[in-house]
This record gives sequence, structure tokens and C-alpha cells, in this order.
Amino acid sequence: MTRWQSDPILTVEHLTMRFGGLVAVDDLSFTVGRGDITAIIGPNGAGKTTVFNCITGFYKPTEGRIAIALDKADPPTMDRLTASGARLSADRNILLLDRMPDFEIARDAKVARTFQNIRLFGGMTVLENLFVAQHNKLMVASNYTIGGIFGLASYRKGQAAALERAKYWLEHIDLIERADDPAADLPYGDQRRLEIARAMCTEPRLLCLDEPAAGLNPRESAQLNKLLRFIRDEHGISVLLIEHDMGVVMEISDHIVVLDYGEKISDGAADAVRNDPKVIAAYLGVEDEEVDAVEQEVMQ
Amino acid sequence: MANSTEESALSTSAVGAEIEDERRAEAVRGEPPFTVNPPSGDAFGAALKDAIISALIALALAGPMVGLRTETAIGGLSLTQNWMPVAAIVAVVFFGRLFLTLFVWGRSSGIRSVAATSFRLLPSGTQLSNWKVPGLIGAIAFTIVMPFLPFADRYWMDQAIVILTYCMLGWGLNVVVGLAGLLDLGYVAFYAVGAYSFALLATNFDLGFWVCLPMAGILAAGWGLILGFPVLRLRGDYLAIVTLAFGEIIRVVIINWYDFTNGPDGISGIPRPTLFGIPFDRSDEGFAAIFGLEYSSIQRIIFLYYIILVLALITNFVTLRLRRLPVGRAWEALREDEIACRSLGINTTNTKLTAFATGAMFGGFAGSFFATRQGFISPESFTAIESFIILAVVVLGGLGSQLGIVIAVIFLNTAFEVLRELQEYRMLIVGLAMVLIMVWRPRGLISTRHPSITLKGKAKAVRAELVGEGSG
Repeated sequence: MTRWQSDPILTVEHLTMRFGGLVAVDDLSFTVGRGDITAIIGPNGAGKTTVFNCITGFYKPTEGRIAIALDKADPPTMDRLTASGARLSADRNILLLDRMPDFEIARDAKVARTFQNIRLFGGMTVLENLFVAQHNKLMVASNYTIGGIFGLASYRKGQAAALERAKYWLEHIDLIERADDPAADLPYGDQRRLEIARAMCTEPRLLCLDEPAAGLNPRESAQLNKLLRFIRDEHGISVLLIEHDMGVVMEISDHIVVLDYGEKISDGAADAVRNDPKVIAAYLGVEDEEVDAVEQEVMQ
Repeated sequence: MANSTEESALSTSAVGAEIEDERRAEAVRGEPPFTVNPPSGDAFGAALKDAIISALIALALAGPMVGLRTETAIGGLSLTQNWMPVAAIVAVVFFGRLFLTLFVWGRSSGIRSVAATSFRLLPSGTQLSNWKVPGLIGAIAFTIVMPFLPFADRYWMDQAIVILTYCMLGWGLNVVVGLAGLLDLGYVAFYAVGAYSFALLATNFDLGFWVCLPMAGILAAGWGLILGFPVLRLRGDYLAIVTLAFGEIIRVVIINWYDFTNGPDGISGIPRPTLFGIPFDRSDEGFAAIFGLEYSSIQRIIFLYYIILVLALITNFVTLRLRRLPVGRAWEALREDEIACRSLGINTTNTKLTAFATGAMFGGFAGSFFATRQGFISPESFTAIESFIILAVVVLGGLGSQLGIVIAVIFLNTAFEVLRELQEYRMLIVGLAMVLIMVWRPRGLISTRHPSITLKGKAKAVRAELVGEGSG
């Protein structure tokens, strides 16, 4: 049994998202294994970003359940929680994301995300971006501003800890030298890495990346692969990513979910998905028997 | 000068050719227009010499032009002598020149390297750059001794009080508009709430200024929250319209709720502030009698001046401090990108409400000061034009810049006073001047943003075009 079957951190069940008459996501179910790198792929308009927005609370799903289990949880407990109408279990282990507003998903369910079109705080420095990401922790350390105004020791300690965490991530994305530069001044690839570092500063359990390799050159893509592996292996963070760059997807993913027209057409390990005729058909838009010929052409 | 620039550029470790060029360009830009003796070697001595020469030139110019004045008298012209202003001009030129050479123009040379290279953690005013610290101390020292300088008569004290009141209002609104990026056109409502809270509490319950001041602030902050809730979902133009309407609602309620606010007749007999219970009047228990001074009405004005000075400085320092705390950083992040804020777990509702409440609280303080200073308030003092002037101050000064607001307030107040005799053309000229300034500096007089925290000590200011204006 694979990890995404035995110990999922995220369980998406019967997720449907309608915009008026348009069904962007149709009865989608999949799981994300704890400690896995999971990729969602699919042609343009397949509904990948919509799924992301549902998971992170930016859209409210029309139907379905999205549950996160911070520690291992069994399905009956999840069902009881759903029936009870609450949004999180008494032990705060299971959280139903479809019932939570976006900022609570980031704060309590520990799901962090990045955006397809980078959303950094451009007029703030790199370091400030990483400090904003630690807002909730720093608010507590500053006694909700009161202690901070008077410069109490607890706040200074909290701030020093935040600085250490920021420095740690800046070193890992090779931006420590540019810590005091405005984020908007960074080159594109650095901005992508900074957005990931900023998400990591929220100390997430699940990191959702929307096309992290878009617009990167091969060297930067390789750097990104290294960074994602580091996040998974050294920090035990589960990663869910949308990606078009198959080099990145096939190399680092433990588990791939393929969407087309809002439906799941394939789900499994990288090798299984790569050879799935339905996937090839969806990507190349031809009959199965012609696939080989077209692939040959594409190779040349 | 060029020599020392080169040295400092070399001595700094990580300098790319680009940075070096930049520094050189800066050094050239910063060169005084006509350096008599460039400060090299003994920098202070040279600067002193330079300042003395400048002062002599000023004396030569100001002496005949200001010091001697012809007046038509019976039987021809007579010459009156007027040396006080000349002395003032010479002193300003001397100290100004000295200050500029030492701390402003000189900062690209050796003086700059004094900057601590270590990380500065404390979120206080310690991150100001070198020339700003003496500048700030000088400015505060000037405002403290100002009432005792020879020129400070009733007129100048009144002007100073008006300027400080508007600075305080500008700084308060700056939290909402400049930091959080929420366009608020109804700020005068909080000014009115503060003034009426104080007036009503004082006249009905016989409470003094110092008791009412915090209560007026709290009440205004409460109204800030009340305004905040309905406008949370609004952005840009829609937010501006609703806040504008809110300001008008408050004013119209004050006019029409006759039983409570006395309507258009206003509230009179608002108590004057006291110094630990000592009133400023002619009585035997009055300030003058107790301290053995001759009674003069200016004593009360000077006292009022100090109250607003302290209130304004508190506003300024609290705002500067908040900017370096998580809540202030969240305000700025909200201005930059609200969606990204939410993805980082920041409760944007609370963040917006704290911005509204903080700004409103400072407006409330300023309002109660206004009430105690005037002794009489009526709804006429709280029209929408007041909101626009305060907003103009914030925009003209540069969104988010505390110093820019001071410059803008002084500019606007001076313009209004100088043009007073032109009557109806006054607004026309002030408006035109504002248009020209905005064409010249679209992002306000001081448009760069200073990072709230740095890793390597001194960080460069963020260029204006990178800083968001906020959409809400």
C-alpha cells in the first residue's frame, strides 16, 4: 500500500466547483501522502488552480469535503467530525478546510501556498517579506502589540527567533546577500524561490506550489528540485504542486494526479502515469495508436 | 571630497562597480553649489570656516536689504534700523550651512562609515540614518524652546499650534492611508467625535481635560471600528465614497440631534486645560499668581502649545514604533498585497480594523485638543473640506512618510497665511501649487520607504515606484 493510501495528510473527496453553468472541477477525489511530493498535472484549463484555490480556501467548494489530518487519522473519525458540523476535531488533529476561511487554513491547518503569478510584497525588503510570514507568531510574542510597544524581553526574544528562521531560509535559497533589497528588485527566479521561503516561514505541514517552475531556466529548475527535495527530506513537509514542466514533475514527484476538464483521468506513481494511455491522449490530443508517431515527431 | 569618497568606497567590503558608481554620482550630486573650502582632513574646522564665510555673505546681503529700511516721514525719508531679523537670518545660514556640510553633504564621505554594521534589532528610532539623528534632535530642541524665542508672539504661537494639530491629524491619517493603504475621505468624523466627546463629557459631567482626553481617544477608536466593519469588503473608489459619506453622516447627526449636541449652536464653555489643577487665569490660584509671574494670556497659549507638541510627538513615535512591530508590518503588507497576506495566515479583517481604530484614536486626541483650545465647537468646524485638507497633507507629503507630512503641513499653512490678503484667489493659488507639486513629484515630497527591519544595519530606502499604493 502506498503512502497516499495508508497515511494521507490531505484527503479531497467528491470535490465539485461550479461557476454558474461551468463545472471547473467535477467530483474529484484524491489524497496527498504525508511526506510525499505530489504533483497535479493536466492541460491548460483542466481545473488545477481551481483545486488549489479550494484547498487553500480562496474558493468555497460547491460540494465535497477537503480534510487535513495533522497526525494519522482514520476515516470514521473524519466522518463523525463532518456529521457534527464542526470545522475541527476536539484534539485539533483533523480540520475540514472546506468549512474554514482562507487565513485560518494558513494559520491553523498549516497549509501554505504560493501563487502562479508571484505575489510578493514588492515594496518591502526580502527580510520583511519573511517577517510578515511569521506574523501570527510575532503577534503572540509582542502580546498583541502591547508588549512590543514597550519592548518587553519576550518580544525581543520572539523577534530574534524570527530573524534566525528568516536567515535560515535565506541561506537555503541563496538570497542572504540580498536580504535588505526590495523584493520587486529581485530577478524572476529569485522571486519564485523567495515566495517558497516565505511560505516555509509560516511553518506549514503542507506546502502548495502553483507552477513553481514556470519561467525558470534549466539551471533554476534544477535548483528548485533541490530545494523541494530539501523541504521534503529535511523538514518532513508534504508538498503539493501544480506544474507544467515535466522534467520537474517526473524527477521529483512521488505521486502524480492528472486532471482533464475538471476530472481525474489518472492517479499513481510517476512511472505508471507516464505510460498511461489516457494521459498521453489528453496531453497530445490524438488517438491512442497515433501517439507513438506524434511522440517521435515531438522528439525531433 | 572625491578623494575621501573613493577611500570609503574601497574600504567597504562588498562593493560592485555599480554601487561605486552610484556612490560617486551621489557624492557629485551632494556637492555644495559653491564650495568655498572643501572639507578635507579636519572636516569640522573646514565646515566651520565654510559656515562663517556663508554667514558673512548672508550678513552682507541681509544687512542693507533687511536691516535698514527707509520710511516716509515728515520732511523726507527716514532710516529705521531693524537688526533682529538680520541676526536671525545670519544665525540660520551659519547653523544651517554647518549642519548641511557636516551631516547631509558630508555623509557620502567618511561620516557615513560610522553607521553600525551589526544588525539592529530594537524596533525604536535607532534605525534612522546618521544625519537624521542630529536633525531630529535639533528639530525637537527648536520646538521646545520656540515659545521663548524673541519672535514668538501670539500670532506665531497660534500658527505653531495649528501646524502641530494638522501634523498630528496627518500622522493619524497616515496610519490608515499611508501604511494600510485604505483611502479614507471621512477622517474629520473622528476629529469631530473626539471634540464632541470631550465637550459633552466636560460640560455634562464636569470632568477635566486630562480625564477626558483618553476617553475621547477611546470613543473615537470605537467609531473607527464602527466605520471599519461595513467597509471591510470595499476597495478603492467605493471605500472612498463610503468613508466620505460616513464623515458627512457624523456631521449631519451633530447638526440635527439638538437635545444631545446642541445642534448648529454648538457647545460653549468647554473648560480650559489645567496644569495639575492649576488654571491659567487671573485668580489667586492661577498659574501666574502661584509662580509669581505677571499674568499674561500668552502663558495659556504656550501651555496649549506644549500639550499639542507632546500629543503630536506621542503620535509620531507610536506610529514609528508600530511600523516596526508585526501589526505595522501587516498594515504595509496589506497595502502591498491583500491576497498574499491571507495566504500567510494574517487575519486581514482585524488588521484593517486596527488600522482604522489607531488612526481614529489619534484623530480623537487631536479633536479634544481642538475643543479645549477653542472653548467652543460647532459642526461648522468639521466639514468635508477638513478631511480633504488632511488627506492632501498626507498625499502631498508622500504616503507613509512622517517627515513629508510635516513639510506638507508647513507648506500649506504658510501658503494659506501668505496669501491671506488675496482672499478668494487664495484657494486657487494653493490648488495650483499643489497640482504643480504633484506633477513634479507624483508620489509626494518624500516618497521613498524605509525598511522596518534590516539584516546588515543600514539598508537602502525602497524606491517609490516599487511601493504599492493600496487598493482598498
